[in-house]
Amino acid sequence: MKNQIDVNAVLAGDRRALARFLTAIENETASGRQTLDAVFKRTGQAHIIGVTGSPGAGKSSLVNQLVKYFRQADPSKKIAIIAVDPSSPFTGGALLGDRVRMRDLSGDEGIFIRSMATRGALGGLARTTSAMAEALDAAGFEMIFIETVGAGQSEVDIVRLAHTTIVVEAPGMGDDIQASKAGILEIADILVVNKADQPMAENAVRTLKAMLELGHPIVQSAAERLHHRALAFEAVEVTSDIHQNSEAESWQVPVLTTISTEGVGIQETAEKILEHGVALKQRGEWKKREAARLQEALHDLLIQTFLEKWQRESSSDFVQAVIRDMLNRVHSPHQALQILIKGQNK
Amino acid sequence: MERKIRVLIAKPGLDGHDRGAKLIARALRDAGMEVIYTGLRQTPQMIAEAALQEDVDVIGLSILSGAHMGLVPRIMEELRKNKMEDVSVFVGGIIPEEDVPALLEMGVTAVYGPGTATQFISDEIRRIVLASEEE
Repeated sequence: MKNQIDVNAVLAGDRRALARFLTAIENETASGRQTLDAVFKRTGQAHIIGVTGSPGAGKSSLVNQLVKYFRQADPSKKIAIIAVDPSSPFTGGALLGDRVRMRDLSGDEGIFIRSMATRGALGGLARTTSAMAEALDAAGFEMIFIETVGAGQSEVDIVRLAHTTIVVEAPGMGDDIQASKAGILEIADILVVNKADQPMAENAVRTLKAMLELGHPIVQSAAERLHHRALAFEAVEVTSDIHQNSEAESWQVPVLTTISTEGVGIQETAEKILEHGVALKQRGEWKKREAARLQEALHDLLIQTFLEKWQRESSSDFVQAVIRDMLNRVHSPHQALQILIKGQNK
Repeated sequence: MERKIRVLIAKPGLDGHDRGAKLIARALRDAGMEVIYTGLRQTPQMIAEAALQEDVDVIGLSILSGAHMGLVPRIMEELRKNKMEDVSVFVGGIIPEEDVPALLEMGVTAVYGPGTATQFISDEIRRIVLASEEE
């Protein structure tokens, strides 16, 4: 049966079964959810690395080189890549082209690459990206790279999912005011200026370093980050048994340069990724980031489930009538909401 | 949630002309499908591997080099090795009329030559994928 997922085959490393599992998750089917529930206990092992940055900055090429490097350094370490590209807001279709830059990785059974479309989500990932990462984690991939859509300033969902976030910039990104704005540069654990052979590269490095000198953005902990997004419940904070001494505490965000098409700067970037993973664990931050991620996921599920419940319970004719009144300016959107919430259920 | 049709567009072999492949990729995108584009010079193994990882419903091959009678059987063989016989394979490009029956015999679902309307191709893909689901 096409819709059945063989959990044991997934856990045993069957790539076809895994691919089907990922499809079921992406389509939000009942069997996908059940399988996720069944494998949840096995998750929490992988190092999740987010790669984000503007379109054309070189995210895919960088991921290609990094994964090639990690596989050569340790052939026993299985690595997965989830590459997200945008869906058309008009047709819902998508052109997923990240594999074009990852051809070096084909033929290696220790690598699994999956492309996915955002399907209407706006934060740089799809709604099910996190669940897909969980599936790959359960299937034994020790590193999971997640490449976001080409991001502008505020597509920062990746920071809620990844342990380590790499922001890739290309030379010519703008001046120091651009660099000081809130958003994407703030979320970086590692900053990479790619295409370092281009004339403006030194400028970009200088600008980013100057930005960092004004105040390191990542000194706040994951638990603190949670507070900046209202959750549907009071967040549970995990305390770590590791005593936070100030020496180990602050991670200095490095600004690295790469020419990813030629492999320049890849080893340094790879080493920083590993270093960051170790630093997170030493500071007890790893657990906190996991806790933040899982609570975010629960929050999203709650909202989604209440929405679906409301949709099931309210009559479409009534809703349509209220909307028409709003469009005729009889009710404001907020008044329409009040009516919908009070009003006539099926 | 509406089920999305996923299509792999691949260019096997050594010719470097991918305008046709990109045109089809774009047309299928505009028809609401999720199209995975793999780029030039793909080996049969690379195509079958990408199809497996991406769990696609359909593979579209663009071949302009004249090597289709050599490439297509190898791709079909790789798909069989991956137990992916249920995936429909379409071939486009420069394919002489007399080779079409042999390609269909190999398990190719359809061959679309130059001049085929993209709307026709996307309609056909949708029809075939939906029909195979009902089986």
